[in-house]
Amino acid sequence: MVTSHNIKNKRTLVIAVTGLNAIDSPGPGVAVIRCLRECADFDVRIIGLSYEALEPGIYMHELVDKTYQIPYPSAGYESLLQRLSQIHHTEKIDLVIPNFDAELFSFIKLRNELEKLGIHSFLPELEQFEARHKTILSKFGKKHQIMVPEDRIINHVTDLTKAVAELDYPLVVKGKFYDATIVHTLEAAQKAFYQLQAKWGLPVIAQKFINGTEINIAALGDGKGNTISVIPMRKLYITDKGKAWAGITIEDPSFIELAKKFVKITKWRGGCELEIMQTAEGVSYIMEVNPRFPAWIYLTAAAGQNQPATLVKMALGEHVEPFLTYEVGKMFIRYSWDLITDVTEFQKISGGGEL
Amino acid sequence: MRFKKNIATSDTGFIFNPGSGDSFSSNNIGSEILSFFKEDKSQQEIIELICAKYDVEKNLLEKDLDDFFSQLRDYNLLEE
Repeated sequence: MVTSHNIKNKRTLVIAVTGLNAIDSPGPGVAVIRCLRECADFDVRIIGLSYEALEPGIYMHELVDKTYQIPYPSAGYESLLQRLSQIHHTEKIDLVIPNFDAELFSFIKLRNELEKLGIHSFLPELEQFEARHKTILSKFGKKHQIMVPEDRIINHVTDLTKAVAELDYPLVVKGKFYDATIVHTLEAAQKAFYQLQAKWGLPVIAQKFINGTEINIAALGDGKGNTISVIPMRKLYITDKGKAWAGITIEDPSFIELAKKFVKITKWRGGCELEIMQTAEGVSYIMEVNPRFPAWIYLTAAAGQNQPATLVKMALGEHVEPFLTYEVGKMFIRYSWDLITDVTEFQKISGGGEL
Repeated sequence: MRFKKNIATSDTGFIFNPGSGDSFSSNNIGSEILSFFKEDKSQQEIIELICAKYDVEKNLLEKDLDDFFSQLRDYNLLEE
């Protein structure tokens, strides 16, 4: 159970959130905001931070009070700091929750600078962040006796021939940050390599295919090795992009223990998602570790462990106790919704950089 | 032979395995068999109860019941 000794008078926290792209492969921002708005211990003013003018969350005014565009990670973290300082001058941000893998490096680098401005965060150390990176996850698994599928790092298309010979088909070709394709021929592997290289840069990862049931685990660590919350979810409906369109909370102590082991080893600070493949024999492989909340994070609040709200409390120095129970059999079913807005709104965010 | 202890069943014949997230639906006669099974009735007792209520050949029912329990076993819902 979470205790919040310090928040006696309900106050309004100004929280900046990224990942407002609630699209077919959604960012977690909108789900994180829903969690924050449901917390009874504080009120929130939500500041959306967007990269593109068509991120749906920008126009969800019942969830997002104000949105500002921020520079892409490729612009460097100094540009980001400058923009955040500017926004902070107006909004007096208490806390920022970044939700994209690609931007986390910048936010981690800027953590101390942001803290000096009064903007709190609750992010992993750079070392923790790097340890679970796709390119070295296999090495991490071997070191800590955690099952991770064998993989090869592909820096040149010709490396694929050797990877195929060693790992065999089907083969999973994965981008550095996002996206993966299952291939059955060398030609298909080469095509996937070029597409992923163009989109996310090098290296590309070739991973041995593991057949099984897909389980995702949302976990929250306190940075000292303690796991504050763990919710395992079985994917019930998977899109062609491999995303869960429906899922259900399940009860399996082995997943809880696996998440706790990961958090303990890495002393993970903040939210993360473990993507698991469980074989018919019951062996659980960690396929990936995402260093932020997943897009289905609202299910944690629905199941009784509101991870984003708990992260806020920890970021502000509150003492929280680990959650001990959650509701099993709680389901989410994602849906599409045509949000209607006006070109004047679009013009404000695309032309003026805020809405 | 019985359900694993965490398996949830409803009166309508819905079965939920919280460990895997799998769920199953059975038809009316399946629901009835499940309710007897949950009352710890033996396979033989279930056969007698169903035969007393419905016009069914005992041999056929025995075979169908074997198939039914075999399915429950395959779905990892039973402990021996």
